[in-house]
Formats: sequence, structure tokens, C-alpha cells
Amino acid sequence: MVRLITHNLLACHAKGCTSNNFPLQFKDVQVELREAEFNPDFLRGFIPRLEWGALVDAARQLGDTSLPAEPPEMLDVEFLQKLHHVLLEVHVEEGAMICPNCNHVYPISNGIPNMLLAEHEIG
Amino acid sequence: MSRPELQAPPEIYYGDIEAKKYTNNSRIQQIQADMTYRALELLNLPSDQSAFLLDVGCGSGLSGEILDEQGHVWVGVDVAPSMLEVALDREVEGDLFLQDIGQGFGFRPGSFDGAISVSVIQWLLNAETSHPTSSPPHRLTRFFTTLHAALRNPSRAVLQFYPTSDDQIQLITSIAQKAGFGGGVVVDYPNSNKARKVFLCLFVGGGGSTQQIPKGLEAEEDVGQVHARFEASRQRQRKRDKNGKRKSIKDKDWILRKKELYRRRGKEDVPRDSKYTGRKRKTVF
Ligand SMILES: C[S@@+](CC[C@H](N)C(=O)[O-])C[C@H]1O[C@@H](n2cnc3c(N)ncnc32)[C@H](O)[C@@H]1O
Ligand SMILES: [Zn+2]
Repeated sequence: MVRLITHNLLACHAKGCTSNNFPLQFKDVQVELREAEFNPDFLRGFIPRLEWGALVDAARQLGDTSLPAEPPEMLDVEFLQKLHHVLLEVHVEEGAMICPNCNHVYPISNGIPNMLLAEHEIG
Repeated sequence: MSRPELQAPPEIYYGDIEAKKYTNNSRIQQIQADMTYRALELLNLPSDQSAFLLDVGCGSGLSGEILDEQGHVWVGVDVAPSMLEVALDREVEGDLFLQDIGQGFGFRPGSFDGAISVSVIQWLLNAETSHPTSSPPHRLTRFFTTLHAALRNPSRAVLQFYPTSDDQIQLITSIAQKAGFGGGVVVDYPNSNKARKVFLCLFVGGGGSTQQIPKGLEAEEDVGQVHARFEASRQRQRKRDKNGKRKSIKDKDWILRKKELYRRRGKEDVPRDSKYTGRKRKTVF
């Protein structure tokens, strides 16, 4: 159950991989949509924490183009509902996330990404 | 029997059979739930908002179900695939990661409003291989350093664990402090063998000394009374909640609907409805 809310906060943590290690790129993904409860206050509070460009890109990779290139100044309900859907209702079930810097592959199976590192990758 | 963490590595100890046995044991469910509520209390989050939380060693989601009920959005990490599978079966709402916390996290700085961990970090005190990266101090350092970075400033991490000695408490707190955390240890019911619980209550930022370490709960030696007292304090909080104008983010109806849905899908051990269902708990220090 990787959702974009979490993907947007996730960088590669392999040893020595400290720059250009975000965002992880999706590969061969299977996506499932599942409804979640809409909470506009939570979303408003969360926006400053997001890397907006990375979010828009990741959503595109998953086939969702509903988000504007920049977050709008007015956070109306229509926009927040789109954001809600992209952040919390799109679940990546299968596939992989790949580090843009060191190419480490984090496989996703059954909705769960495997973040385990090999001994030589531990910092 | 010796303690689980001395018997096998966690992903082996919590295999398919043990993961189910653990999760379905009603006594364990009760204890983990009590400690989760207490951890949330110590986390001291703003009272009427949903937070974005990290559950360290989330296991099968016994705490996660409570985070869901309280309207929080959360990420859970655990190193035991069988535990995570049970969490999937129970349809918790958090995002789950297969991760060894001793290898550290990759979350961007300031990602989380807080972190909890229930009955997990004693596992970091045992070396699993002879490789230098697997020595307990090395693993604890990576864990606390990357946890500290992943939390917002100010925020808290509350980690309940089972130390076997004061030296272990000392080792863990000193590494947490070196990683940048303030705070310290809170011991609930220190005089009761059974009810005694150790919580590491860690602060990120917040002007150092301005954040006081909360007091542990006190009780008479007798465990029955301990429980009575815990319940009584919940009753008190409940009254306050009723009078205060806090609005539940996920109301009782929503939770009951969800539980009903789970039951219809044939899920076992959905927590039974109680007068506590869907009730927010208020922090008391
Ligand atoms: C007693 S269970 C507690 C599970 C859950 N927190 C609860 O309260 O029900 C301990 C958990 O810690 C996990 N654990 C132990 N060592 C770990 C590590 N190095 N990284 C991630 N999880 C770990 C185990 O897999 C297990 O799920
Ligand atoms: Zn990398």
C-alpha cells in the first residue's frame, strides 16, 4: 500500500546515496483505487510538506494528470478533493521504486515495498 | 521461557504461526492497545487534528487500528513479513513497509508529526551477525539519527520497550541524546512487577528545557487496582471530552460502519464495540 503521500516523503537510504536520491521512480506498477475518508484540514496542513513537482510527476507515472503544475493559491474543495484522491486513494500494489542516483531497486509486492538493504549498502 | 528477542531474529520469531497467535491473543490485544493509548497521550499532539505518524515496528497493526480509529494517517514499518501480512488481512489503513529499523530510514527531513513504537526496540539490543554494521550501538545510532531527521520540529517520539537492565536503558537513552533528541524515560507503575511499563519519551526541538519529561503513572502494588486506576483515568478524560468541544475526526458511526463492513467480509477479531469506541482521549500530564 504505497500511496503517493508516503512516496513523496521517501528518499533512497542506501549507503553513500545522499544527493539526487529523491524521488524514487516507479517501474512496472499495478495500481488499485480505494476510497478513503476526505479530511480537508489534514490536507491543507500537509501541503507545505510536499515536494509538489515530485508529486505531479509521480501521479503522471501512475496515470493521473489531475493536478496543476503549481499548487493553487486558493485551496478550494474541488482542488482538495483531487489532491485527496492522488495522495490517499491511489495504492501501488506491485512493481518497484528505483533510486535515480544509485539505481537501487526497492521491489513492491502485495502493496508492501521492500526497503531492506544488503550488508554492504548499510551506512 | 526466555524472552522472544533472545530466541531468534524477529522475522523468524514472528513467522506465520506466531504472527497469527500473537495477533489473535486477546490479552496481548488489550495490553498493546493500552500501551498505544498511553503512547498517544505522551505524544501530546494537538487535540483535534489528524496527524501524520510513523509506527516503528508496527507488526500486525494492533496499534495501527487505534491510529485509524483516532483519525490519524500513518506509515508502519516492520521487519517481519508474516506480521505485515496479518496487518494486510486486517485491512489497516496505514502504508506498510518491510524495513529493518536498525538499517535506518530514508524519509525526508520533517516528514512526520510524531512517532510511536510499542514493544519493539529491545530487539535492537541483540546483534544478529558479527558484521560491524550489526552491532547494537551501530544499529541504535542509525535508527535514532534517521528517526530524528524524519520528525518535524517540534515533535515527539514515544517508544515503549522492555529493557532487561538499567544499563540497557542507559545505552538507549544516551544514543538517542547523541542523535539530537531531548527527553528521557517515563516509567508507569514503577512498583508493580506486572504493570510496570517503560516509555522512552523523546523530543525534537521545542527549545530544549521548555519541554518537561512527563510523569509516570503511579499505582498501588496490586495489579487489579492498577487496571482500575487506568480505567478511572480514562473515565475522567471521557468526561472532559464530553464537556469540551472537540470534534471527533472519525466519529463513532463511521467506526461502527467500518467494523460492520469488516465483519461482513468475514474478518475475525474485529475489536468489539464498547463505550470507548470512537472516543478521543485527551492528554493528561
Ligand atoms: C512484540 S511485537 C510488537 C508489534 C506491534 N508494535 C504491537 O504492539 O503489536 C515486536 C515487533 O517488532 C518487530 N521488530 C523487531 N525488530 C525489528 C527491526 N529491527 N526492524 C523492524 N521491526 C522489528 C517485530 O517484527 C515485531 O513485529
Ligand atoms: Zn540510492
